[in-house]
Parts: sequence; structure tokens; C-alpha cells
Amino acid sequence: MEPCKVTHNSETHHNEPFIRKYIFSVDHKIIGLQYGITSLLFLFFGFCLILIMRWQLAYPEEPVPIVGSLLGGGGILLPEIYNSLGAMHGTIMIFLGVVPLAVGAFGNYFIPLQIGAPDMAFPKLNMASYWSYFIGGVIMVGSFFTPDGPARSGWTSYPPLADIEVGQTIWLIGMVFLITSSLLGSINVITTIIQLRAPGLTWMRLPFFIWSQFVTAFLLLLAFPPLEAAAVLQLMDRLVGTSFFLPSGLIISGEQLAVSGGGSPLLWQHLFWFLAHPEVYVLILPAMGIVGEVIANNTRKPLWGYKSMVYGVVFLGFMSFIVWAHHMFITGMGTAMSSFFQTTTMIISIPSIIILSAMFISLWGGSIRFNTPMLFALAFLPMFGIGGLTGLPLGLAAADIHLHDTYYVIGHFHYVVAPGTIFALFAGIYYWFPKMTGRKMSELLGKLHFWPSLIFMNGIFMPMFIQGLAGVSRRLWDGGLEYAHASGVLQWNEFMSVSAWLLGLAQIPFIINVIYSIKNGEKVGRNPWESTTLEWVAPSPPLPHVNFEKIPQVYHSPYEYSVPDREKDFTPQNEPIKE
Amino acid sequence: MSIHTTTDIKSHVKVYVMVFAALAVLTLVTVGATYLNLSKGEAIFLALSIATVKGSLVTSYFMHLISERAMIRWLLMVTVFFFFVLMFLLTSSLFDQVNVL
Amino acid sequence: MEIPYTIEERPDTGLINSKIGIWLFLASEVMLFGGLFSAYVFLRLGAPDGAFHEWGQVLNVPLATLNTLLLISSSVTMVMSWASLKMNNFKQHKIYMALTLLCATGFLVIKYFEYSAKFHHGLFPATNTFLAIYFTLTGLHVLHIIGGMIVIGYFLGPGSRMWATEPEHFINRIETVGLYWHFVDLVWIFLFPVLYLL
Ligand code: HEM
Ligand SMILES: [Cu+2]
Repeated sequence: MEPCKVTHNSETHHNEPFIRKYIFSVDHKIIGLQYGITSLLFLFFGFCLILIMRWQLAYPEEPVPIVGSLLGGGGILLPEIYNSLGAMHGTIMIFLGVVPLAVGAFGNYFIPLQIGAPDMAFPKLNMASYWSYFIGGVIMVGSFFTPDGPARSGWTSYPPLADIEVGQTIWLIGMVFLITSSLLGSINVITTIIQLRAPGLTWMRLPFFIWSQFVTAFLLLLAFPPLEAAAVLQLMDRLVGTSFFLPSGLIISGEQLAVSGGGSPLLWQHLFWFLAHPEVYVLILPAMGIVGEVIANNTRKPLWGYKSMVYGVVFLGFMSFIVWAHHMFITGMGTAMSSFFQTTTMIISIPSIIILSAMFISLWGGSIRFNTPMLFALAFLPMFGIGGLTGLPLGLAAADIHLHDTYYVIGHFHYVVAPGTIFALFAGIYYWFPKMTGRKMSELLGKLHFWPSLIFMNGIFMPMFIQGLAGVSRRLWDGGLEYAHASGVLQWNEFMSVSAWLLGLAQIPFIINVIYSIKNGEKVGRNPWESTTLEWVAPSPPLPHVNFEKIPQVYHSPYEYSVPDREKDFTPQNEPIKE
Repeated sequence: MSIHTTTDIKSHVKVYVMVFAALAVLTLVTVGATYLNLSKGEAIFLALSIATVKGSLVTSYFMHLISERAMIRWLLMVTVFFFFVLMFLLTSSLFDQVNVL
Repeated sequence: MEIPYTIEERPDTGLINSKIGIWLFLASEVMLFGGLFSAYVFLRLGAPDGAFHEWGQVLNVPLATLNTLLLISSSVTMVMSWASLKMNNFKQHKIYMALTLLCATGFLVIKYFEYSAKFHHGLFPATNTFLAIYFTLTGLHVLHIIGGMIVIGYFLGPGSRMWATEPEHFINRIETVGLYWHFVDLVWIFLFPVLYLL
């Protein structure tokens, strides 16, 4: 295949009006940055919500400081507001924070660069995807200002509650926009990876990050539509009075609900988890991809077992569609069904363990550079390990019956998404910042960010296992105060809350670091980390609209570090191997 | 898109017309079958079989799947597989409940 | 710079970008209707024996048969409009596109009469779970028809100017639109027996 020639003069784009260049841009890099900034703000917002909630859990029914006046109820966080904040924390963190950051920002910015493409395959769809996400976000945030406030039925929106509780309609409408955004994005990602790989970049030469994004996009593409269907059905229930999720004879506040009935709340749970289980892999796979890149680069070694990692991630994606009902063991599921889902759940843990082990083994014998991205990537491994291993008991019905809907579950999945995914995303930001800006972030501030974050993350989530094992339920406004069985573990509430607030303070060095380094960071060239993958071939930042001066030609596999008998300890993918 | 010659296309057009006729006939057949005294199982089987045949005709010829690249066909096979996974596991959960609704 | 493979095929995959894009979109649509069809089966099995069949008796089979024939015709005119372009016959292409729009309009008109007859007899989505899923499925399908009509209308009108400047690209676009339109037809092919006949 002949390398595609760049005939276009990128200079012309400097004359683009501001609005075309930065607001309604079709350049994947600008869109990636838009996604990145928006999603970081949402992550911050979702985090603030939980900081407020943690006050109520630590000091029940004492007025909340600072923001108390906004909450009504004399500054006390009322139960219904607690529920709203909880539902919005989950929704915002997942659909407006982590996924857009991992896929929308990192995917958008680095997929074309890593595969040596001038842009995404469908630039206009890309823009539409961002703006659909943006509208969805505005609707979700806007729901705080409606008279009824935001949704209160948890991010899972289980009916019958979600069918009748206030605030849910606007949540559903917001979700339709977010789903649309994800669908457009995933179509783009898949097409780009299939079609726009640089000459010579065969499938088994793709960086692991690309593979993780490829599988993620398929999960979004095929798992989201059933939730969209379910959202439509729930909207019908709420707006037109149908009974898709309402059984006959439902009694609310002593009165029978005036609907035809005949529906089933379990239908929602099935359709919801058909999306939501793959969704947890959407949260984790791009993180694994980033960690893989950072580890290979900083151990100066190829990823150990690259092929098994690739097959692992594909198998993981496939299996993630047939494990969903492990969230429903206590819904009266019979033994045959639950055996099936227990088995598939145990099977799906195998590829995760393969990938994690491969990354651990990759460290072996490397001369590791302990820079900030590497620290975050290294921390990801045990943190994700804890999250994954604590998930196994939840996948076995016998144990899950005890643990279901307790703080153990909250602890488990937060180990995956907070010190897991969020750390990986931080690693990605520190690692790729020089590519996006041409400057490095400060190492000192980076370490000031990393170490406290690591400590406080564990301070928050480790005690959740203790509370959960004691049987404390999640979504409790008083943190378990009125239950005798919780009394032995309640003292942990204050400890966790203080850790959470300190975690908030620990983000200050990061914020300073980003703002400071954009203008004043150490200036670097194209390839400051001496990396092998294609994004480092382009200038920093890459050229508007075209990325590369000339589309690179690829000669070999992605991680040729420390190959014996070569001049340098790294051979970029676009450099032929000299014998 | 593969390169077609005009005569190539002319023969396609003939196929399209034939497919159209088949679809129309099958529609009438499936409606007509409701007047037969079929049991519930038989009726469902017949109606869905006819729909499947019609569907394959549309996808194979109108949507050119019959001569489409392997990659597209793989994509669709995976999708259809998950379609049935969803439907099958959802319905089988109804038959295996501790407390039947 | 131009995005590669918008018009010519990538040699190793043999595909252009928009072909993959539209099929991926259709794959997601399969799953969307998969969710809804699953809901239908789930509710039907959960309902009292024979209830769905009985509730379904209120639907008008002759009208729906007519509608099926209309949609099938629109599908064949759609593919003919593409074939006409391949044979370099732009005028014939336009006629077929217009016929497609006409059939689609006919479909909508009939659907309108069906819906209003139901409402007239006090049959609403809230009446029972069969009518609920009936209105949801056909309603979403109608939205797909309307979406398709807008796109077809665009390519019949202002979009057709592309033929003069970039004929290859234009043919690809019509093919893409066609794939979508046939999919909408395909959905109806399953909706018809499932909702009206069983
Ligand atoms: C690092 C800071 C975070 C802290 C301190 C935190 C804390 C919490 C706590 C205490 C709850 C339980 C609330 C309750 O049950 O009443 C919760 C729920 C939840 N969190 Fe987080 N979280 C954090 C980050 C995240 C992230 C990054 C995600 C997702 C990617 C996330 C997703 C969720 C979800 C989905 C729920 C369940 C909401 C529901 O009950 O509907 N959290 N979080
Ligand atoms: Cu799960």
C-alpha cells in the first residue's frame, strides 16, 4: 500500500475563525481536548457531591458547612437530597466523567495519532458526538435547578421506584443524549481503527491501547442500545402511563396504583445490566490500555505476553455480554440460571487475570523509571487487583446473597474505578501532556499529587469492606445509625469521610500542575519519553488537522525497547530495523 | 464498492424484480396462513420462518450481503449472536424463577 | 488533508469508511430492536395465556398488509434508484427516489389512520401491555421512516448536486442511504407478523 501523501497545506487552517477552530471544530485533537476538559469538570463535580454526602455519613443530621445553605432543610442534608446526590454522583462519574475522559478524550486524541492517521474517519460525527454529550451533560446538571430536583432512584434507576419517583424523566432524556453520543463515538473509533491504520501497521502491531479502545467501542456499540430501548420504555411508563415495568396490583402509600399493570420490574433489570455490565469494562479497558503503554515505556521492555493480552482483551469483551445477571442473584432467580451466570462470571475473571499478570510480569527485570505517570500506572496494578479479587465473591450467589447491596459492593467497584481507572487516567494525563502541549508537567508536584492520593484512596475504600462484611447497606442516609448490626463498625464513617476530604485537598497539586505547566512547564521535543509508538513521531502538539508532516510507514511491533545489539534502547515503529 | 459493468447491473435489476415478487407473494402467504387452523406453536413457527426468509432476501440482495466483504459479515454475525443471547437469556430467566410472578 | 478511503476502497479491507460506518450503525440498531423484541417476548410470556393474542385482535390486518407491500415496494425502488446511478441514468434515479418517498408517505398516511382509529376506540398505550409494546415498537419504527424520508428528500433535492461534481461519492452516499432504508424495511418485516398475526 502506498503511503498517503499529504497534499494539503496546514497553514491555511490558522486562518479559521475562532468558533470553527475551538468550538465547532472537526479536528480530533480539539474535540479530544473539549471532551477532556468537560469530563474533568464533571469528575470534579461528581466528586464534590460525594464530599457533601460524606459529611452526612460522618456527622448525621449536623448542618453541612460551606454549602449547607444551598441544600435547604436548615443546612442538614435531607434524605431525599441525599438520594438525589447519590444517584447523580453515580451517573455523573460514569456517564459524564470516566467514559468521556477515557474514550472521548484519550480515545479521540490518541487513536489517530497512534495509528498514524490524519484524523478520525468521520470528523463531523465526531463533533456531533461531543455536542450530544454536552447537551446530555447540560440536561443532567440542569436537573438540579428544576423544582423536583434531579433523579433520586440511584444510577440503576430500578422500577417501580424509578417509574413513580420525581426527577426521573429528565434523567432519562439526558441519558438518551449520552447514549447517542457514545454510539456516534464508537462507530467512529471502530471505523478509524479498521480503515486508517498507517501502511505497515498490521493488527498485531497495534499498540495495546488501540486494542483496548477497539474492544471498548464494540461494547458501547452493542450494549448501549438495549438500555436505550429500556429508557424509551421507562419514558413511556412515566409519560404515557404504560406498565412495562409495573406489575399488577402495585400498592403505593396504601393505595393501588391506577395502571393496567402486567409489566415486570425484572425486565428493566435485565435490559439495564445488559448494558451496565459491559459498561464496567468500558470503564476499565481503556485504563488497562493506558497502563500498558506507560509500563512498556518506563520499564524499557516490551510488554510481556502482548499477544495473550490482545486475545485476553477480545475474549473479555465477548464474555462481558453474558455475565450480566450476576447483579440479579437475589431477584428470585432459579438455580439453573444462576449457575450459568456464576460460571460465566468465573470464566470472565480469567482474561482479566491474564492481562494483570502480564503487566506485573512485564515489570520483572526492567530498569524501571519511577516518574509520575509510572507511579500512577504501578499503583493501578494492585488497586485494580484488589477491586477484581473482591469481585469474585460477588459473582458467587452464595456469598452475594449476604454481600449484595452492602458497602462491600461499593468498596469493590470503587477499587476498580477510583484508585484503578482514575489513577490510570492520571497516568495518561501525565504521560501524554507533553504531546498535547509541548511541555512536561512538574515531577515534584506530580509526586505531591500521587502519594497522598494513594493513601487517602485506600483510607476511603478499605473500611468499606469492613462495614459491608458487617452487613451495612449502601444508599443509607444515616450511614447505618439505626441498625444494631452496624453499631460495631460505624466509627469508620468519620475516618472515611476525612480521608475523602483530604483526597480532595490532594488534588490541588494536580490542578496547579496542569495550569502551571501549560505555560511554564519544561519545554520538550517530539519524543521526551523516548517511546516507540507513532504518536511520538508527530510534532508536539501535532499539526492541526493533519497530525503528521508525512504519514509514517510502520516496520515492526509496537514495543521494541532494549532490543540487544541496537544503538538505542528504543526503536520507534516507523524506523526500519537495521541489521 | 466493487466495480460493476452496466450489463452486470442489468442482471442485478432482474434479480431485484424477482426478489420483489417473492417478497410480495410471501407477504400474502403469511397473511393467508392465519386463516388456516394452525396450532399456536405451528403458527408462530410458520410466521417467523416466512419473516426470516423475507429478511434474508432483503439483506442478501437489496443490501448486497451476499457479495459483501467478510468483515461486514463477521460484524453482523456477532451482532445477531448477541441479539439472540439477549432474547434467549431474558426469556429463559422467566422459566427459572424461585417465585413465579 | 482529506481523510483517506472516503471514495476509494482501502486495499486490505476492501471497504470504504462509510460502508463500515453504516453497518456499524445498523448493528447498533439491531441491538436496539433486539432490546424491544426481547421486551415483547418477556411481557408476552409473563401475560396470562392467550392474552396477547386476544389484545392483538383489535389491529387491522388488511391495512398492515397493504403497508407491508408499500414498504417492500419502497425498498425495491430504493435499490433501483441506486442501480440507475450505476447505469449513469440520473433522471431515472430521481424518479425512483421520488417513488420511494411516495411509498413512504403512503405508509405514514395508513399508519395515521390506524393510530387514530385506535385512539377513537379508546385504545391507548396504557390500555394493556400488548398495546403498550405495539405503540412503542411501531412508533419507533415510524420515527425511523421519517428520519429516512428526510435523508432521501435531502438527496433528492439539494444533496443531488453532488452528482455533477463527485459522482462516485454520490453513488456511495445513495448506497448508504439505501442500506439504512432496507433495514427499516427489514424491521417491519418482523414487526408485521409478530404484532399483527400472532
Ligand atoms: C474517588 C472519589 C469517590 C468517592 C469518595 C466515592 C464515594 C462513593 C460513596 C460513599 C458511594 C455510596 C453512596 C451511598 O450508597 O449512599 C458511592 C456510590 C457510587 N459511586 Fe462513587 N466515589 C468516588 C468515585 C467514583 C467514581 C470514579 C465512579 C465511577 C466511575 C463512582 C461511581 C459510583 C456509583 C455508580 C455509585 C452508586 C450510586 C448509586 O447508589 O446509585 N464513584 N461513591
Ligand atoms: Cu457485572
